[in-house]
Amino acid sequence: MLAPAPRTLSNDGVIDAAKAALGDMIVDTLDAVGEITLTIDRPRLIDAMIGLRDTPGLEYQQLMEIAGVDYPDREDRFDVCYHLLSLTKNRRLRVRVTTDDVKPVPSVTGIWPVAGWLEREVYDMYGVLFEGNRDLRRILTDYGFRGHPQRKDFPLSGYVELRYSEDAKRVVYEPVQLAQDFRTFDFMSPWEGAEYILPGDEKAAMPEAKGAPSPVTADKLQKADAAAAKKATPKAKTPKTTESPAQTGEGKAEAKPAAKRKPRKVDVKKAPGKGQNQ
Amino acid sequence: MADYVEELLGETDAIDPTTGDVAIQNYTINFGPQHPAAHGVLRLVMELDGEIIDRIDPHVGLLHRGTEKLIEYKTYAQALPYLDRLDYCSPLCMEHSFVLAVEKLLDLEVPLRAQYLRVLFAELTRISNHMLNLGSHVMDVGAMTPNLWLFEVREDCMNFFERVSGARMHSNYFRVGGVHQDAPLKLLADIGDWLDTRLPRLFEDAISLVADNRIFKQRNVDIATVSRDDAIAWGFSGPMIRASGIPWDLRKSQPYDVYDRMEFDVPVGTRGDCYDRFMVRVEEVRQSARIIKQCLREMPEGPVMTLDRKVAPPRRAEMKRSMEALIHHFKLFTEGYHVPAGEVYVATESPKGEFGVYLVADGSNKPYRCKLRPTAFSHLQAMDFMSKGHMLADTTAILSAIDVVFGECDR
Repeated sequence: MLAPAPRTLSNDGVIDAAKAALGDMIVDTLDAVGEITLTIDRPRLIDAMIGLRDTPGLEYQQLMEIAGVDYPDREDRFDVCYHLLSLTKNRRLRVRVTTDDVKPVPSVTGIWPVAGWLEREVYDMYGVLFEGNRDLRRILTDYGFRGHPQRKDFPLSGYVELRYSEDAKRVVYEPVQLAQDFRTFDFMSPWEGAEYILPGDEKAAMPEAKGAPSPVTADKLQKADAAAAKKATPKAKTPKTTESPAQTGEGKAEAKPAAKRKPRKVDVKKAPGKGQNQ
Repeated sequence: MADYVEELLGETDAIDPTTGDVAIQNYTINFGPQHPAAHGVLRLVMELDGEIIDRIDPHVGLLHRGTEKLIEYKTYAQALPYLDRLDYCSPLCMEHSFVLAVEKLLDLEVPLRAQYLRVLFAELTRISNHMLNLGSHVMDVGAMTPNLWLFEVREDCMNFFERVSGARMHSNYFRVGGVHQDAPLKLLADIGDWLDTRLPRLFEDAISLVADNRIFKQRNVDIATVSRDDAIAWGFSGPMIRASGIPWDLRKSQPYDVYDRMEFDVPVGTRGDCYDRFMVRVEEVRQSARIIKQCLREMPEGPVMTLDRKVAPPRRAEMKRSMEALIHHFKLFTEGYHVPAGEVYVATESPKGEFGVYLVADGSNKPYRCKLRPTAFSHLQAMDFMSKGHMLADTTAILSAIDVVFGECDR
């Protein structure tokens, strides 16, 4: 690894040790960018976590972070990623379970009390339910907030904005109004496998709109143009050549330079008393 | 008098408060969200039995700005300034985690001088952060003078940040691939002088006023003790876990940049109380000064930014002459660079503990997901069991020893 990122002990053998300890609780393993990810069967998460914490050789004692990720196209759209740290073995591990907004994830608050708030945050941000967390309230968003803001289908601007109303003498919530439209720029190169239709291309498939029917389609027009171009070019009897100055169509050169022209008199006779300003 | 002796001996009657014959009902009070000792916008709903805390329910999120959501809509370079605004007391350490995470995904080599500069300024940030925390800690338990002196040190640090990056607080100095500008020689010389003269004088003077002070000890020793097992189970990190007696420092155990070349000691506490947390931070300041001196001594010459033009923009002078450079500059500041798909969790030792960035990239120029692991989240959560049985007035000491900043906690 060239990057100066934190260097832990090598992760060699961790996947094998975890497979030996957890057996078929592991759905999938991934070793990428120097980090190991175990995907765990959701209902058996707690057993797996206890195994990861207590098996000699694995010893992931600390739960540092629970992060949700949203993939709206998947059936189980949410990833819940637990980041474990081993103080004795000096390694990190990511444990992943997938879920959606109705299937609850078993809470690990019994193993690590720190999970309480971390799970509350995932619930707040994504709406993932945690079974066994006795205090699953919202945590970061406002009291009485609706929706789960980190979901990909939640707009960046949100739905409501609040201000202090001088009339009502309290804070009021109003639908969000943007003075300027939110702008996103798409930087995907259309030549490198963009999966969308370029702006304007969608019109090709649409039925023609009423009102201003275009007589021909683009390719017909091209053909017609080509045909017209063929027809319209009359053939010259003698090909145009320019071999002497006389053939350039330039006209004759003047025999002698024109006599010095006098500058025109620029004096203008003033009409007295007629101008607007006089 | 008997009560007083008991208190001196450390015997508290917290478990069985004798309230005479009068039955007192527990009552609930609000601490904050605008309380000078709340270190920001923290609302604590406290259930008190007389003056003894029964239960604390911290309400956080009053400073939630949706940083993680915003970062998903920004390119990697545009996301960096948001990191400054997380822990606004140690902005450069926040940037550090993020740039390391992106570099890890890109597998990008960083020039050695840039790594040294990053370590230098991360440690300077640590000093500046600890000045604020130590100062406000002593002020929260009743002493005024040390805070004023420590703020002078903090002011010096701010001036150094300004001289290297142009901004006092939100520096945006670290970049993916290095740092933005090389530090002028005079600045490095001044930092060296400052470490030898001003810092020890101001800092040691201020600490000498409180470290052995009887009142200060009465307010902090044996307040909110956390055992090793609790510290691990509650996900503590940084000075909080070290005060509980676990020598765990990411700079030592999982070194990043050039920390593996640095020689420094990791202070640990013995009892895991507020006083230990305070003293661990005091010692960390001294160790940080040691690291900075080593950086100044060993820093090699060379570029401060990777020369990979697909990540780092060309210098202004180059752009005046080269069309290629101009194109690269334009592309980097409009489109940005594409980071290969993958996910990393990179954690660094910020002054408050482990600050992690979990970055999911999908191959585009914007992060798919950027989860920031705040240090305060796990520490503040432990507030409930830490302060159970203590007096209401101890809350401020406990809160100060946690070292919480809400920009980072609420994101």
